Amino acid sequence: MKVWIPQPLRSYTEQRSEVEASGATLAELLADLDRSFPGIRFRMIDEQDGLRPHMRIFVNREEVQGIRVALRPSDEVHIFQALSGG
Amino acid sequence: MRSVDPGKRATGRVALLVATRKGVFVLRSNAARSAWSIEGPHFLGHIAHHAVLDPRDRRTLLVAARTGHLGPTVFRSTDLGASWREASRPPAFRKVAEGEEGRVVDHVFWLEPGHAGEPGVWWAGTSPEGLFRSEDAGDTWESVVGLNDHPKMSDWARVEKVGTPDGPILHSVQIDPRDPRHLYVAMSGAGGGVLESTDGGADWRPLNAGVLVNFAPDPYPEYGQDPHCVRLHPLAPDVLYQQNHCGIYRLERPDERWVRIGENMPKEIGDIGFPIVLHPRDPRTAWVFPMDGTEVWPRTCPDGKPAVYATRDAGKSWQRLDRGLPGEQAWLTVRRQAMTADAHAPVGIYFGTTSGEVWASADEGASWSSVARHLPLVHSVEAAELA
Repeated sequence: MKVWIPQPLRSYTEQRSEVEASGATLAELLADLDRSFPGIRFRMIDEQDGLRPHMRIFVNREEVQGIRVALRPSDEVHIFQALSGG
Repeated sequence: MRSVDPGKRATGRVALLVATRKGVFVLRSNAARSAWSIEGPHFLGHIAHHAVLDPRDRRTLLVAARTGHLGPTVFRSTDLGASWREASRPPAFRKVAEGEEGRVVDHVFWLEPGHAGEPGVWWAGTSPEGLFRSEDAGDTWESVVGLNDHPKMSDWARVEKVGTPDGPILHSVQIDPRDPRHLYVAMSGAGGGVLESTDGGADWRPLNAGVLVNFAPDPYPEYGQDPHCVRLHPLAPDVLYQQNHCGIYRLERPDERWVRIGENMPKEIGDIGFPIVLHPRDPRTAWVFPMDGTEVWPRTCPDGKPAVYATRDAGKSWQRLDRGLPGEQAWLTVRRQAMTADAHAPVGIYFGTTSGEVWASADEGASWSSVARHLPLVHSVEAAELA
């Protein structure tokens, strides 16, 4: 399925803003994403599987609060970062 | 300057690795250390807490970094910053079972090359307080379970209660050059204070006797102190110095009780500060950068008049060193990792400020000159001798 990558993470995707990844859950999709782009997951998700502060993930334009969300192959996943601070 | 041969005087050009709130800069000296060029930034926009060159190969450079929005990691270079690779497994706490409260690394704060006899080994201290070890030059990191899961860790690392403005931190990883299994670490945030391990990190015990706590009912508890910076002398590894929240201390093992050598500082200056720097060859000489610890703790140099203070007699007396530094209205703050020495003779002393300046002295602090300004907030300055 399509995954949109925010600018601060595009150093992992060779500057691509849109990539393909697969998984039956968001957790699986993020693991697949990390296989293709090593290191990208840990910058977004901490070691207790929590979304890091400022990370926002949307599935079909609905924001999700965790990574256990079920996914279908036709879903679209958007990853954003709410930038703040000086 | 870290060295695998600490008795040897350095003679080459010096590189200063300056980690800032917005990236890493490298200052390079000429042979006389009288002129400096600046290169960078590396990782522009990253919050870099520490940049350290491995003294064992003088090529491997590690940087502890995160951004305000991306998780913590370690970047590695084996060509002095010409190219970088990210650690494939950065420091991270053990994942806990569902329902348990697990800890999360906020940032890697301290990087320490391992013992000279253990090439490739590195140690990392984090916020919140955690200790991690790499055996492959910083590519993959493992939690030091003996500390991070120690039965007393919930007392030593009181994560939610107290900490520095940037969070509670584990810092000052110090390794006995005679024995890689003999380690010291320090925790800031009124937690464990200084801890010692004699078995490679499998077990730990507090080493805080004699160190004051003026922010709790018991002034001399077993732990709960707030060490700001601890240094072990590489040629006299029984000698440790500590700049603490509550003064400057010295410990000579096998003694267990720290002695407050800061009592000998001028009373109008006090003995509060963050960094402490040791002479690479003389264990009786140390430098500090005093800061105002009165009333609400301004943490700027007292009276707006910056000065380094040096002792050459193990803390019995201190000399003010301010020639070349601003004489007034200079409210500098120097963080615990932002002051260092090189291994030349005479020794070069360097410090970076939260206002983005780097100051250098090529004559052991007798005179100072500004070698960089307008940088972001300086977290750390490390002197390195290039290969």
